[in-house]
Amino acid sequence: MSASQGEFPQSDGMHPPLETGAKVPLMAIRDLKVHFRSRDSSWSQVLGAGPQSGEVKAVDGVTIDIYEGETLGLVGESGCGKTTLGRAILRLTEPTSGSVLYRGTDLAHLSGRALREQRRHLQVIFQDPYASLNPRMTVGQIVGEPLYTFGLARGKVAEQRVQELLETVGLSRRFIKRYPHEFSGGQRQRIGLARALAVEPEFLVADEPISALDVSIQAQIMNLLQRLQAEKNLTYLFISHDLRAIRHISDRVAVMYLGKLVEIAEARRIYEEPLMPYTKALISAVPVPDPEIEATRERIVLTGDVPSPINPPTGCRFHTRCPYSIEACKEVVPPLVEIKTNHFAACIRISPEEPDIERVAPGDAPGLRSVERMTAR
Amino acid sequence: MNEDKLTVDTQTTRGVPSTLPSPTNAPDVDAIHTPPEVAIAEADVRTAETLETVRASSLWRDAWRCLLRNKLAVFGMVVVGVVTLASLLGPYTIKRTTGLTPDYIPTEVSLLKSFPPFTSSDGSFSWTHPMGTDNQGRDLLARVLQGGQISLMVGIISTLVSLVIGVSYGAIAGYVGGRTDNIMMRVVDVLYSLPYIIIVIVLLSMFRSQTARGQLILLFVALGSVSWLTMARIVRGQVLSLKNQEFVLAARATGVSTGRIIFRHLIPNTLGPVIVYATLTIPTVMLTEAFLSFLGFGVQPPLASWGSLATDGIQNIAIFPWQLIFPGVTMALTLFSLNFLGDGLRDALDPQMRTF
Amino acid sequence: MPSTHKCERSNDKVEARNGTLLEVHDLRTYFETEDGVVKAVDGINFQLKRGETLGIVGESGSGKSVTNLSLIRLIPDPPGKIVSGEVLFAGQDLLLLSAEEIRKVRGRRIAMIFQDPMTSLNPFMKISRQLMEMTQLHLGHTKQQAYEHAIKMLETVGIPEPRRRAGDYPDEFSGGMRQRVMIAMALSCRPELLIADEPTTALDVTIQAQILELIKKLKHETGTSVILITHDLGVVAGMTDHLIVMYAGKVFEQAPTRELFAKPGNPYTKGLLRSVPDPTDEHGQLYQIPGLPPDVAHLPSGCPFAPRCDYEQEICHSEFPPFVQLNSEHYSLCHFAQEVYFESASAATGVKES
Repeated sequence: MSASQGEFPQSDGMHPPLETGAKVPLMAIRDLKVHFRSRDSSWSQVLGAGPQSGEVKAVDGVTIDIYEGETLGLVGESGCGKTTLGRAILRLTEPTSGSVLYRGTDLAHLSGRALREQRRHLQVIFQDPYASLNPRMTVGQIVGEPLYTFGLARGKVAEQRVQELLETVGLSRRFIKRYPHEFSGGQRQRIGLARALAVEPEFLVADEPISALDVSIQAQIMNLLQRLQAEKNLTYLFISHDLRAIRHISDRVAVMYLGKLVEIAEARRIYEEPLMPYTKALISAVPVPDPEIEATRERIVLTGDVPSPINPPTGCRFHTRCPYSIEACKEVVPPLVEIKTNHFAACIRISPEEPDIERVAPGDAPGLRSVERMTAR
Repeated sequence: MNEDKLTVDTQTTRGVPSTLPSPTNAPDVDAIHTPPEVAIAEADVRTAETLETVRASSLWRDAWRCLLRNKLAVFGMVVVGVVTLASLLGPYTIKRTTGLTPDYIPTEVSLLKSFPPFTSSDGSFSWTHPMGTDNQGRDLLARVLQGGQISLMVGIISTLVSLVIGVSYGAIAGYVGGRTDNIMMRVVDVLYSLPYIIIVIVLLSMFRSQTARGQLILLFVALGSVSWLTMARIVRGQVLSLKNQEFVLAARATGVSTGRIIFRHLIPNTLGPVIVYATLTIPTVMLTEAFLSFLGFGVQPPLASWGSLATDGIQNIAIFPWQLIFPGVTMALTLFSLNFLGDGLRDALDPQMRTF
Repeated sequence: MPSTHKCERSNDKVEARNGTLLEVHDLRTYFETEDGVVKAVDGINFQLKRGETLGIVGESGSGKSVTNLSLIRLIPDPPGKIVSGEVLFAGQDLLLLSAEEIRKVRGRRIAMIFQDPMTSLNPFMKISRQLMEMTQLHLGHTKQQAYEHAIKMLETVGIPEPRRRAGDYPDEFSGGMRQRVMIAMALSCRPELLIADEPTTALDVTIQAQILELIKKLKHETGTSVILITHDLGVVAGMTDHLIVMYAGKVFEQAPTRELFAKPGNPYTKGLLRSVPDPTDEHGQLYQIPGLPPDVAHLPSGCPFAPRCDYEQEICHSEFPPFVQLNSEHYSLCHFAQEVYFESASAATGVKES
């Protein structure tokens, strides 16, 4: 196998199964890819010719399970593809390949009506509370639209239901006739949440739901999300770049870098003992609101910027910025390996036998052996 | 130890206060016993009340207030209103008071000439013809007002035609996107590059109608069918930026159909710029009509528009200047006013300047 | 030349170490709006010593950015107006300077970096030109001098291959790199004061860490005083010596950073500190300040925080709270400042004993 080209086929057979114990995943994402072609010039599109320039591999082979009732935190820096992944799961962006199994139904290959039916169970709330509500519709129309679309309620019943929903998210019933611009960011986020809850979904993608809000309001929205999860047995995919928030709200955390998942573990574990060097750097970069800790803290400051996803680095995509990188990192694409129980990381320099990268001998790549074992199979 | 500080802090605020002076005590205890959810809801209701008293406004009402603050726009609005009313009611009022109609040609031969304003046949002061008469002795005021009907009608109807074609064309191109969009917009590009006056002239001469009314309808169609291009571009641009907004994604995520997305989510949000552009299209179309009338392709007699009246007036400018001045000034005033109004609307409705 | 500048500076540093660079007295900036007068900044006092860093923390609409714009008189007027106050910068009241004089202070002696590095650079000008403009204008550099200085500044802020990159346009730089260029521009005239308004808010965490380290390092090297404006308590914790917490245009609390974090004397500060998720804490309920930030145009007559406050009593709604001095450098705007402070203090010592 030519390693530089080595896209490890992360299909079901090759990839370590992520299911733990007897739990059945609500959402099973298998080798999902979303590639965008950069635009051709307009005339060449009309004439049907023209060169096809670079491809942006926004999501490049993601395999993960999301279990019922849990909150999976998805964290990464801008441009890592986390938003695209969230949207591709809901088919708001068309996946290039791979599958998204929701209770056994492959959402990635559903069409028209069938997809629309499934959308009842899958909802989303967005980052920008200003852009996510139609400014020309009243709150009642916004929250009531899903009811109308799915024929769940009409007229007085629908109005009643909308008022209940507003109360559920902590807003006054009287807001029903008001327009979005009359509300503050936090209140708008609640309206967006009420709209998402209108169809009684099972699964909610929360795409940076708090990053546009003030600190005091962030806490309110996180608490609200947690309360609703407990009340309605919701499953969340919580996307954020804010590690503190992710840590607080998530059961498990997945770290994404340039279109690939690089580490998955329980929230506490990933915080206390990150394995993959990128996760280590990410966690150490978060400023702690305590001057005493900040004064003494050693911080891993990464050099350089996130490379462009158009021409991502070969091998491990992090090798250009990684303080632990060796020659082999430039060639071998590291697979996600279960380094510790339920703790997966993609790094060839660690292995289940030698999980601590600090203790691995310089130049050694214990993970490479398990890669070889897998490819040999 | 230090890492734990915040947590411990939390505990002590809840536990310790009993030993402290009482003022801090009561509300804190309250906070413990109120379930957090109720606390949130209560807090929101509290803010809800202030919200209601402070900011009861809709986008349209805000825009209206903003428009009223613009003096030129208000002036424009008043002038346009007065001119429109006068054009609609004027000819009938004149007919009822003096018995004159715009196309009434006197039977007396001595009256078949152009009188200056406020002059009767014997040269004395008279209220009968405040704007004088034209070469055939027809009352100029009645003709200007009737011309106003035609001019405004040409302006408004042609703009409506361009609105219907432009908005739907642009919205479809923008929302569908991809190759469809490309082909549709290249068609627009090609049409743009043709000199539209010539197209209109060709259209008008190819389908020359026998009746004046038929010619008028042809004029609406001809003018409307060339003035939608910019409208289509504007709407497409708006839709392109709107369709990736999160509220459209949210609508898709809740399974809303494509048609409903276009008509309920996209088009209402393009209305601001569309209204502005439509208001500015009206004077442009009216001017074009005047120009066509000047070339003899416009409104045919016995109907008259401001343009055709001005054309007639130009022929006699040296001897009977009022024949040009009155229709010309009325038209200029109306065009100015419409432009002021359009600019005012743009300031009031421009989404860039407003927060939503 | 850059090298001589360095010498001058290090001499300065010795004598100026203890000097006060900036003193602000009772600064008030109001805005005329449709809804009435908005008191965006309503009475702020502080001192900044040379070489120190002051943090100003607050939520949106708290007046923290208006404060910083008022300092260098960049308030859009109308509708804004600095109604009263003194801004003594090295003994000179900036509010009394002529437009021409203040222009010479801006960029030369007081420099700023803003939140959005995308919009604060001119997209049509080469990076080198934008940097050169600063020193040509303020230091009278020749073209050659300015160019060399620009290269040196780019190197200082950690732009790799500065000579090659200097000819690039801003859109060829990433967000983090642009912020570095902004810092290079801000520091190229060796200002005495650097005002950084949310310098890392638009950046990713790993890039934020880089930029913060850079500001810290440059501050240390040049002895520049810094005012850091942010909403992120984590950022100020590691960066600042003193802290001002603003709410609704008022200073709610003012103290040395460590003191403020350890013993907050104001319910708002306390709530803010508690509502940040603690990494060591498990899932439990996060503390939340209820309600919404106030509408600054319609503030209640009493304490503006009263509707959201845990300590709220009748007096809070009827009377505006006093600015209580808790110890030599610690002030808090609250009727119950003493109580809150004692509570925090006993909690802090409680931790230490346990």
